[in-house]
Amino acid sequence: MFFGLLMSLDLTNSILQPVHPRAEARVAAADVTIELRGLSKRFGTAVAVDRLDLQVTTGSVFGLLGPNGAGKTTTVKMLTTLLPPTSGTAHVAGFDIERQPVDVRRSIGYVPQFISADGALTGYENLLVFAKLYGIPRAQCRPRAEEMLRYVGLADQGNMRVQKYSGGMIRRLEVALALLHQPPVLFLDEPTVGLDPRARQSVWAQILRLREELGMTVLMTTHHMEEADALCDQIAIMHRGRIVVAGSPDALKQGIAPDASLDDVFLHYTGDVMETEEPGDYKDAARARSKAQRLG
Amino acid sequence: MPPELAVKPNVWVENLAGTFPGRQFIRQTLAVTECEVRKVLHEPLEPILQSLQPVLWMVIFGPVFSRVSDIPTGGIRYADFIAPGILAQSVLFLSVVYGVMILWERDLGILHKFLVSPAARMALVLGKALSAGVRVAPQIVVVYVLSLLLSIHLRWNPLAILGVIVAVVMAAAFFSALSLVAACLAKTRERFMGINRMMTLPFFFASNAIFPLAMMPGWLRIFSRMNPLSYLVDALRTLMLPSWHSEFGLLLDFGVLAIGLAVLLAILSRLYPQLVY
Repeated sequence: MFFGLLMSLDLTNSILQPVHPRAEARVAAADVTIELRGLSKRFGTAVAVDRLDLQVTTGSVFGLLGPNGAGKTTTVKMLTTLLPPTSGTAHVAGFDIERQPVDVRRSIGYVPQFISADGALTGYENLLVFAKLYGIPRAQCRPRAEEMLRYVGLADQGNMRVQKYSGGMIRRLEVALALLHQPPVLFLDEPTVGLDPRARQSVWAQILRLREELGMTVLMTTHHMEEADALCDQIAIMHRGRIVVAGSPDALKQGIAPDASLDDVFLHYTGDVMETEEPGDYKDAARARSKAQRLG
Repeated sequence: MPPELAVKPNVWVENLAGTFPGRQFIRQTLAVTECEVRKVLHEPLEPILQSLQPVLWMVIFGPVFSRVSDIPTGGIRYADFIAPGILAQSVLFLSVVYGVMILWERDLGILHKFLVSPAARMALVLGKALSAGVRVAPQIVVVYVLSLLLSIHLRWNPLAILGVIVAVVMAAAFFSALSLVAACLAKTRERFMGINRMMTLPFFFASNAIFPLAMMPGWLRIFSRMNPLSYLVDALRTLMLPSWHSEFGLLLDFGVLAIGLAVLLAILSRLYPQLVY
């Protein structure tokens, strides 16, 4: 069954098949933290994101899936105010991304796809500088930076320069940077690209902890189905700038076959791309590989 | 109808509510510049390595050209005449490549992180421009120490030295802002390096850094008068050399740099966020 039409998330899915124990409670509250309405981005004649409608429930982990070049990163860039949309609107934490960009920025943490911590500075210095940029009061900058280092398990490496960190340590520092100002919403763009399985597991554990302990709303992009299955309450699969299907991972799997995996779901909805064209471009591939190399 | 605010705003936002916005702007600007200060402190060898060029110019070029007897330097030794010119050259050469930094930061993702912060875009670019000043400032020490060793007569009045520091930091901010604008337009490192090569030497040679304006053919003198570097050199000569009389006046020297910097920052704060598109 192919949903050619755009879909908003059907919340009844998660009532029938709660993926996480707290899912029912969240649905009862039915608060929406991220809402997209007809959000679109064109680059010249190319349509990167095509009239997205989407709602992300407060306190849930939402996964945006899709092959390279599907428009996931472009969507996240618009939601984080890095990129103005061509048309449509979106609200993040109650603020309009175009009319209230500074309020949106105060409300979100963002871990970009590529390395965002400065390698020439120590972990502590990275945190300190961003504490100041976020307007954290002077007296609280240092304790807050130290608290974040402890939170992500880097207390002993705080005075080491980031260029000496391993890939997993850099990712943990970046999560600390994103959480520094206690945002209610977190955006993670391909959080585990280039990480070895153990580092990936520790990033996963951390994301789950954010939801359980802080009740944060997390929107992440990924093309690892295993990752989406392990972390996300709700997912949407993007293909050529549109959402082709959305729902809870279990509901989507059930929709394909009784014993289907998310891989099957993914291929079912985006399969044609594999044979006919190569998604993503040279720059994407080069960046992903050089990042993988850097993170070792 | 926008969705209801489902989450309470974070505590820092409430803390910010009553503060004077200008204070936040200054704090954000200094936070960006602080990155550069900390990097220089981590790599204290870098300013020393960068001092090779002024050393060569002052130790080799200066004495050799001193032997040319008819350079009209207004009655002072040629070696004295070019010392401020060499400092200006250091400012130019170090600042004009500075733009490549943001292309690196863009490729890594650091730039994204800055742009997602609530900091004013103008504070981010001003902080970056002042960072170039941090990079260049150690060269003042290099030129002053060399001048002592080469027995060049400098003015040691603390107020004059303070003026030199301000002029150097302003000019470094100006030329790095120009370089950052070029980087934003070029978008790739390769193209930027091409533009960079086209910019550096014309700025240097079409100025009064190593030759007095009086020596130049008329058309070059016009270019030189339009070149911001000439105003930096004039300011530095006036502040560094006891017997030099300013050609343009210090007010005009600083005015050109300040207005030029303001215009470039206004352009840059529009272009800078577009680098991540």
